[in-house]
Amino acid sequence: MSTTTRRLGITLAACAALVAACSSSTNSGGGTASPTKQEPLASIGAGEGQLNLVSWPGYAEDGSNDPKVDWVHPFEQETGCKVNIKIGNTSDEMVQLMRTGQYDGVSASGDATLRLIYAGDVAPVNTDLVPNYATISDFLKNKEWNSVDGQMFGIPHGWGANLLMYNTDVVKDAPDSWGAVFPGAPEYKGKVTAYDSPIYIADAALYLSKAKPELGIKNPYALTSEQLDAATELLKAQHGNIGEYWSDYTKAVQAFESSTSVIGTSWQVIANMLTSDDKVKIATVLPKEGSTGWSDTWMLASKATHPNCMYKWMDYITSPKVNAAVAEYFGEAPAQTKACEFTTDKNFCATYHATDADYAMQISYWTTPQKKCVDGSGDNCTAYSEWVDKWQQIKG
Amino acid sequence: MAWLVIVYLGSLAVLLVSALWSTDTFTGALVRTFTADNIVRVVTDTVFRAATLRTIGVALAVTVICIALAVPLALYMAKVASPRVRLALVVAVTTPLWASYLVKAYAWRMLLSGQGPLAWVAGYTPGYGLVATVLTLAYLWLPYMVIPVFAAFERVPNTLIDASSDLGASGWATLRTVMAPLVFPGIAAGSIFTFSLSMGDYIAVTIVGGKTQMLGNIIYGQLVTANNQPLAAALSLIPLVAIVGYLLAMRRTGALENI
Repeated sequence: MSTTTRRLGITLAACAALVAACSSSTNSGGGTASPTKQEPLASIGAGEGQLNLVSWPGYAEDGSNDPKVDWVHPFEQETGCKVNIKIGNTSDEMVQLMRTGQYDGVSASGDATLRLIYAGDVAPVNTDLVPNYATISDFLKNKEWNSVDGQMFGIPHGWGANLLMYNTDVVKDAPDSWGAVFPGAPEYKGKVTAYDSPIYIADAALYLSKAKPELGIKNPYALTSEQLDAATELLKAQHGNIGEYWSDYTKAVQAFESSTSVIGTSWQVIANMLTSDDKVKIATVLPKEGSTGWSDTWMLASKATHPNCMYKWMDYITSPKVNAAVAEYFGEAPAQTKACEFTTDKNFCATYHATDADYAMQISYWTTPQKKCVDGSGDNCTAYSEWVDKWQQIKG
Repeated sequence: MAWLVIVYLGSLAVLLVSALWSTDTFTGALVRTFTADNIVRVVTDTVFRAATLRTIGVALAVTVICIALAVPLALYMAKVASPRVRLALVVAVTTPLWASYLVKAYAWRMLLSGQGPLAWVAGYTPGYGLVATVLTLAYLWLPYMVIPVFAAFERVPNTLIDASSDLGASGWATLRTVMAPLVFPGIAAGSIFTFSLSMGDYIAVTIVGGKTQMLGNIIYGQLVTANNQPLAAALSLIPLVAIVGYLLAMRRTGALENI
């Protein structure tokens, strides 16, 4: 036994030494500190026959979940590009997948886009090559999460706001402010819910930007250390009232239906499911301080092996009929203005405020916090990794 | 066999070495210069310490509950039950292993809900939190405790028990002085399962744990959410050390000699 143990120990030590020797001298910084200097494609050539995508669940449906929900196969027939879909469950997973260089494109939320751009994993997009881009809502173009110095790095797909949802039987006075959950009224102790991600700190920061203007918070994703600490304190106070956090939206539906949660952050799609199930009476409101939300962008990988197919996909997914189908299936506002004519529910765009630029402006879309403030106000902001640490401290 | 060991230990070694690296906070890429910052942080940060104590506590509680439930059941199955009943019980104990982890965890979520069956029957439910997590994990790992203990009880020759009662020992004394030492290795084997599985678990707590988090969630958060692989590797040293410590303690008791 001891000889074997010694042999194992030597093997272990050898492996460790090998790795150490190979690494101690190099300081590979990895990505560059600025986006790739690639030129956007000048023209689209013939399709390469294949397309490898990283996608949010529900965005690239090929009939495997519901045979009636399929817009991938028509695309394959139209363009000859066979689509292989890899589902990403979180933005962080998507960032890691794109880093492998094995995919042609990704449906990135604003908290993934900048990381991808600055790591050089995605390429600038020539929007002239995407005819449907022209009729995409203007308020989604050239924003801080999808463009750098006026150069677009993707094609907008759809967007949605995080709403304040509450059980109308339990919460009698209709709330109109995020103060209802920050920190949360004592009578709802143990029944408040919140989104389970460090990006939720921005929600607290957004509330503080109106409730405590002396903190000087201008952009909830550009927080200095003091501002981050203030938001953390607020969330720690909220933690006492929280019953549970949610990241899986079906879990949020079930929590409200069983009255485990009676008030908290939610999505329109959750509200719609609760209304159609009709087990509890809920109402949603976009509070007066505004709200955080997401705006998703299809991005082209910088090392894509099938860029032509990816351009065709970006044009296809933002075409009016397809964008309407995706938006209805997922439950978000379509980026394509003409999609409103093609939704099966004629009130869909009204419910989701799809073409309401003022409504859209009240939303602070998810953006990755970085040291260099995302609103350009300086270099002293806190980075996402610090947000993760704070989030873990809040959960205790 | 040797290749398997080299691959397994080698990849573990690479993981642990990466704990001594750091990441570029801007791009998240690995920076391969040696730094002990992560290890120091893991040891000193209060959040990590609190989560470690909580997770070890949960793992020990789950182990104790599983032992308390498994030993009487295994004794009954091995020594008292008729062959037909024994077979039925073995099937009953192992059948849940065919069901998906998530299905079982969500079933407990329904059970413990404020308006669920438990509240309806007993008028009280612990709700979602640490207690619910311990209950769910104990349920999930119970078959892994019952099977080794059952096997251990089966190996105790009936002649020994007869001899013991012939010599005048009561049932309880026989259990305590004759069977327990023989069965202890089986209990130890089962406890290694329950302890190590609970140390690393991060899914049950997100389903029934309400707002608590365990060490696994923190490691997951650092690895996937923050993309800070070195810190996650440094944090994974904690369960590694805990389990190695547990194994050494088991070895001390001689339990691993006779499995």
